[in-house]
Amino acid sequence: MKTRSISEYLGEHPFFAGLDPDSVQELAGCARNEHIRAGDYLFREGGTADHFYVIMHGRVALQLFSPGHGPLVLDSAGEGEVLDWPWLVPPHRWFSDAKAVEPTSVVALDSACLRRKCEADPRLGYRFLQRVTHEMNQRLQATRVRLLDLYGRP
Amino acid sequence: MQQAGRPGAARDHDGGAVVITVPGLQALIDSLRGLGYTVIGPTVRDGAITLAELSSTGELPAGWGDEQDAARYRLHQRDDAALFGFAATAQSWKSILFPARELLWSAERSDTGFTARPPEQPPPRYALLGVRSCDLHAIGIHDHVLTSRASADTGYAARREDAFIIAVACGNPGGTCFCVSMGTGPEPDAGFDLSLTELLDERGHRFLVTPGSERGRFLLSGLSPAPAGAADQAAAAALISESAARMGRVLDTDGIRELLYGNAEHPRWDDVAARCLACTNCTLVCPTCFCTSIEQVSDLAGDHVEQHRVWDSCFTSEFSRLGGGSVRGSTASRYRQWMTHKLASWIDQFGMSGCVGCGRCITWCPAAIDITEEAAALREPRPVSEDS
Amino acid sequence: MTQDTRPRTPTAPTGRQPPPPPMLPRPFRVLSSRQDTPDTWTLALTPEDGVPLSFAPGQFTMLGALGAGEVPISISGDPTGDVLEQTIRDVGGVTHSLVTAVAGDVLTVRGPYGNSWQAGDQATAGGDLVIVAGGIGLAPLRSVILGAVAHRERYGRVTLLYGARSPAERLYPGELTDWAYQGIEVGVTVDRADQDWAGRVGLVTELIPAAHLNPDRTTALVCGPEVMMRFVATALLDTGIPASRIRISMERNMACGIGLCGHCQLREFFICTDGPVFGYDQLAGLLAIREA
Repeated sequence: MKTRSISEYLGEHPFFAGLDPDSVQELAGCARNEHIRAGDYLFREGGTADHFYVIMHGRVALQLFSPGHGPLVLDSAGEGEVLDWPWLVPPHRWFSDAKAVEPTSVVALDSACLRRKCEADPRLGYRFLQRVTHEMNQRLQATRVRLLDLYGRP
Repeated sequence: MQQAGRPGAARDHDGGAVVITVPGLQALIDSLRGLGYTVIGPTVRDGAITLAELSSTGELPAGWGDEQDAARYRLHQRDDAALFGFAATAQSWKSILFPARELLWSAERSDTGFTARPPEQPPPRYALLGVRSCDLHAIGIHDHVLTSRASADTGYAARREDAFIIAVACGNPGGTCFCVSMGTGPEPDAGFDLSLTELLDERGHRFLVTPGSERGRFLLSGLSPAPAGAADQAAAAALISESAARMGRVLDTDGIRELLYGNAEHPRWDDVAARCLACTNCTLVCPTCFCTSIEQVSDLAGDHVEQHRVWDSCFTSEFSRLGGGSVRGSTASRYRQWMTHKLASWIDQFGMSGCVGCGRCITWCPAAIDITEEAAALREPRPVSEDS
Repeated sequence: MTQDTRPRTPTAPTGRQPPPPPMLPRPFRVLSSRQDTPDTWTLALTPEDGVPLSFAPGQFTMLGALGAGEVPISISGDPTGDVLEQTIRDVGGVTHSLVTAVAGDVLTVRGPYGNSWQAGDQATAGGDLVIVAGGIGLAPLRSVILGAVAHRERYGRVTLLYGARSPAERLYPGELTDWAYQGIEVGVTVDRADQDWAGRVGLVTELIPAAHLNPDRTTALVCGPEVMMRFVATALLDTGIPASRIRISMERNMACGIGLCGHCQLREFFICTDGPVFGYDQLAGLLAIREA
């Protein structure tokens, strides 16, 4: 059985679609595989945001814990999606919990490593940031419409 | 698309124009009543010329004329005894053929739930006396909208089925008339049983009558009238020409559909909305407006239920209620809906304009809003903004 | 341009019965009422006269409670069955009378009215079908899904993408699971969830990229709040599906349901007779006009 390199594995993810293999390889240098059991946390609110997570299989729910109400679900991300962006900008702090709701496999990219590589190669950095911004735009638009509670009002 | 009222168009029909006198007209009314028709015609009531059941020519508005302008309607005494010396009646024939309230069905609760029955009483047979050409076209439009599509308004269809129509050519167009712009007058050219042109001069008070149907001809023959001479035919034609030249308003229908469809965001809509009271007068007096609502009423025990069809108007907030609000909440959107429907969407829906140029919406608008003026305003180049 | 308005010469009566006036309702008895969500019920109705109401998916009836009035309600049942199923949301007035009806009560029914999703037409069958529903919008689409399940061989891929407000407010949750086993690819997302929900949270448009739709052979049927349908249509257009193969189901105030009362007009269209199903190419411009 031929094992694929993490670079090949990463290159198949929609986030990296269209990025040249050399750039993927460069970014893969910051990457490692992680497996999270259902019910375990990927990160906790207030923790240091030191990784960019590319979700290969499974599903993660973003939650905030509220006394008296328990965990409130903000959003979810699954196969083919990514989490999240606080690692990009100071104070590099997670603003919510991330809990795997199914057995989940991710590729975790070390954010300090990512930031170093983007500084060193601004063109790579720009292409990477374009992709992150696209994800943020999609998320923000969808979240705004969810706020309208369209199904809730007759 | 526009037909000017062509003098002599009436003669495209069966020919045979004859002349009758005022007593002759009375004889026609008597014959129709004898045949079981309820004769409806114009009469003076409450300072206006409205429609009512008639049995004699004495009830017609002899010697009365009207002055109509935006937000203005006055009667005045003429210096002659013309029976039809006015423009458009306050109410159109819509109030007769498509009344404001109509019973659709009544139901009694039973073991099988209920049994719903249409009204058993057949409608009266109406003879409409004094239908102007614009109103004749309005009836034709309602015939199409209400009876020739997938579902028909059965009440209208029943009343229309046997309605006897006596049209009257218009010799006194009013300040708000624009039938020439809409190709609907001033001469009735089709769809009547008889068409009258009133002539009142040194040769006397008489009517040139053109039959438009077999039964019209048959009714006329009972009077043994004299054929119309060349002088009277010429006088009738001249009357039509003069009326066509004396329209109070003009509406340019060239490209009107594209004009309205393409200007949904024109600032003029806010301008008219600042004046419009959404009072619905225009839709009430318009002879082609057909929007209705359905009401169910029951007795206290809920055993006897009736469903009624009632006139409604696109100017109300309830008309477009959806979910918790109205699709058309602003007056601007409602005025735009009414005008766009009347002049543009109607063409796509029914293959004809919805407006017959009768001018009633202009006369009876308390804010003096004029559909011809609004249409012209949309054609003006838009005001240039100050910072360009 | 004007039509001929010449009255017809009166003829002798033919003795033929005229068709029943279109506004006459038929009595239908409630067989059962099931509450689906806090404000939605599904009624199963049967005709008192024994004549089943034959309909095409996408059509609606004017459903009423005697004395209260009538409202347009999409038919959500199996088009091949004898039972009339209608899912109703309680928004007050007439709908409240309908959702509080119990087995044995008799309701008024007129219809079916409107056009259909035409999922079985030549252009659609043989290709892929994607059904995108938001909230109660799943109800008018359920008939299509039941038809697709019954004739699965007529289509390539059949995908259902469903967005609900919350897990408790999903319509037909048991059937969603059944359909997944009957050859339908089912994706469900909710706007908000509690910790017990292990499924997707997000807007229904976010299900579209992962569906990997083939734009050359896919027809989309979309139903939900109008804002949602605009966003979904845009997202579908972005995948390359042409506007003519995106069909939406519109809703407007209706009093008669038969093109006469005028309430349901969207500029030149009568939603009740020209719709309620429209190609997105027909309506895209109109949907952009505020308060049209």
